[in-house]
Amino acid sequence: MKFRDEYRDPVAARGYADAIARITTRPWTLMEVCGGQTHAIVRYGIDELLPDGVTLVHGPGCPVCVTPAEYIDKAIEIVARPETILCSFGDMLRVAGTGGDLLAAKSRGGDVRVVYSPLDALTIARANPDREVVFFAVGFETTAPANAMAAYQAKREGLTNVSLLVSHVLVPPAMRTILDGPTNRIQGFLAAGHVCTVMGFEEYYPIAAQYHVPIVVTGFEPLDILEGVYMTIRQLEEGRAEVENQYSRSVTRAGNRTAQTIIGEVFRVTPRRWRGIGDIAESGLGLSDAYAGFDAERRFGPVSSGAEAKTECISGLVLRGEKKPPECPAFGTHCTPERPLGVTMVSSEGACAAYYRYRGRKSASLEAAS
Amino acid sequence: MTDGDFSLACPAPAGGDDTVQMAHGGGGRAMERLLDTIIRPAFDNPHLARRHDGAVLDLAGPVAFTTDSYVVKPLVFPGGDIGTLAVNGTVNDLAMCGARAAHLSVGLILEEGLPLDTLRRVVASMRSAADAAGVTLVTGDTKVVDHGKADGLFVNTAGLGPVVSAAPIGPDAVRAGDAVILSGDIGRHGIAVMAAREGFGFETVIESDCAPVVDPVMALIEAGVAVHCLRDLTRGGLASAAVEIGEAAGVSIALDEASIPVREDVNAACEILGLDPLHVANEGRFVAFVAEADAERAIDILRRFAVSAGAVRIGTVGGGAAGEVTCRGALGVDRIVDMLSGEQLPRIC
Amino acid sequence: MCLAVPGRILSTSGDDPLMRVGRVDFGGVLKEINLAYTPEATIGDYVLVHVGFAITVIDEAEAEKVFAHLREIGELEDLEEAG
Repeated sequence: MKFRDEYRDPVAARGYADAIARITTRPWTLMEVCGGQTHAIVRYGIDELLPDGVTLVHGPGCPVCVTPAEYIDKAIEIVARPETILCSFGDMLRVAGTGGDLLAAKSRGGDVRVVYSPLDALTIARANPDREVVFFAVGFETTAPANAMAAYQAKREGLTNVSLLVSHVLVPPAMRTILDGPTNRIQGFLAAGHVCTVMGFEEYYPIAAQYHVPIVVTGFEPLDILEGVYMTIRQLEEGRAEVENQYSRSVTRAGNRTAQTIIGEVFRVTPRRWRGIGDIAESGLGLSDAYAGFDAERRFGPVSSGAEAKTECISGLVLRGEKKPPECPAFGTHCTPERPLGVTMVSSEGACAAYYRYRGRKSASLEAAS
Repeated sequence: MTDGDFSLACPAPAGGDDTVQMAHGGGGRAMERLLDTIIRPAFDNPHLARRHDGAVLDLAGPVAFTTDSYVVKPLVFPGGDIGTLAVNGTVNDLAMCGARAAHLSVGLILEEGLPLDTLRRVVASMRSAADAAGVTLVTGDTKVVDHGKADGLFVNTAGLGPVVSAAPIGPDAVRAGDAVILSGDIGRHGIAVMAAREGFGFETVIESDCAPVVDPVMALIEAGVAVHCLRDLTRGGLASAAVEIGEAAGVSIALDEASIPVREDVNAACEILGLDPLHVANEGRFVAFVAEADAERAIDILRRFAVSAGAVRIGTVGGGAAGEVTCRGALGVDRIVDMLSGEQLPRIC
Repeated sequence: MCLAVPGRILSTSGDDPLMRVGRVDFGGVLKEINLAYTPEATIGDYVLVHVGFAITVIDEAEAEKVFAHLREIGELEDLEEAG
């Protein structure tokens, strides 16, 4: 496939790895914000091509990981009603709330449907006029235009039997929360290229300036990530803290204005709880007043806002980049993808699952020990 | 096969639809008609013609025996249907034991309301798959369950066949240093079925790879290739097969990703759905663990058969930790290959 | 987060800009994709697709930069020797 295979070229990857080694004079700790980048790093072993002392820590950019347990509980409660159909992206089904997960709800007879696109939920709603169709709208800025379009078209068509259970999050406030953390060790960011494709990167200039941290908008293929690391380290070595764009084939400074317009019409910025991280002001999206009629919480009652249960799982620290998965005592012992304690092990994009899958229990434990 | 007059001849119970009714499983006339007009003509052979409770077989020497049940949605998919799956799956399981399938049993569980045309198509597929694999369907059973209690049609097949290989074939014969040979490109069945399911809206020309692999396997054995283990790649894909054998044999396995053939469109579908081709199902592919000295010859033999014309070496057995399967990726770094945990779900992230 | 895959537009249909769809070819797999957010996209363009929506038209000139940059920072010889 064009625009994919060429960015996996091993010779060019080696070239960037050599270039990184040449310019690196001391240890640096970088965070890749997005779970898709984490997945590529671990799958291709990109971190193993980097010089000793350059550490990539994995950010909170896994939407299903940071969706609060209470929202999953609500989705399970909704789909237990005989009149409802719950539509969800596939990765959400395995993530447990405080009780079970949506796969278990499905096995109890709940009508849970995996959709590829939010518009598929509208198709299901049109085909089932006597049922209430609820779309579990999770995601970051990348997914917001698609989810917004589902609400927009539903309203335009006058579809009354469809609603959205919204748990949308925004990246820049989470980056600030990480940088504000008392034990923060992040010195540079690879910003999430697909989030920036939609939103542009204007928002990152004040963050780079205020925290004196380089931010490089980075893509998802191995060469993208290696070039992003190179650009970030070069800034660090030169004492710069600027916003740069590695992923220029996809991202412009202004982003996708058409998408931003629809997002602005359908959604409004709200406070949001991030699973494992906590409440972050102005870090989420909820339906705007004009679209409040499509809010599943209005139809089926609000999501509860209890305190998060205590657990030995350190997924919160992993999501903030303060710990690596193998540093958790439960990792690979009594926390595995089959019996996960935390969301970062459940979601295929979660950092713990990526480590477990591509590094295995044994080698990961060794890595932690070394 | 198809009996064009069937809907006229069948004294279908109330409703008169050309569909399976509860009476078709009731043991009475309706059931006899179903068997006589659809099932027996399709499978017509002397064993079934005896209309007895079972088949009487004359077996000598070591015989391999296996059974498998088939549930698939949709029942008909590009490149096959549940009938071809059920016959080839059992034929292939026997081949993996170094045996050539000879006799098959078929159990059909029909859901009330199943279109009889679907049933006709499936039994016709079973017959042609059986003919292609040189196996006879010697005994069978048909049951009908209430609407909503089955996904249209479930099939169980069991198979018997004489063991051709003199040396034992199985994980315990695998040795460090063995070559790992894959019989062709992977992932087609899983993607063909997923694309045929409603919802994803893919247009592809990807067909299931469903096929019998008994001929190339027998050719390996008859040529005297030191075949240590064989495993067909079904659900869980190449990854699960490799991990299972590594664990059972107490060896590690090192694979080379670049050597594993995946068609461009299968790869693209995997990218869109966020799936790893190593985890995607196949129905006409297998891996052979053979002595290093015989590796080249084994590949040459496999390539003479259409079903394994794409055979390639994909790795080597090592003496590392039991069940540790690694795969050298595009950038030259090894990653761990693990079995799929749970159902394969498309992802957005 | 956010799996997005590049594909080439084979044809487009629909007059309403918000409902415009394209048949997009992803290496041999075709799928109907919503083009509401890429009004500028035309036949032959590569778009980046996330959950059924094109979120940008890939800039083909910019796409070369990752290689140009590598040459510029002096790893050119290695690249050409081995490549």
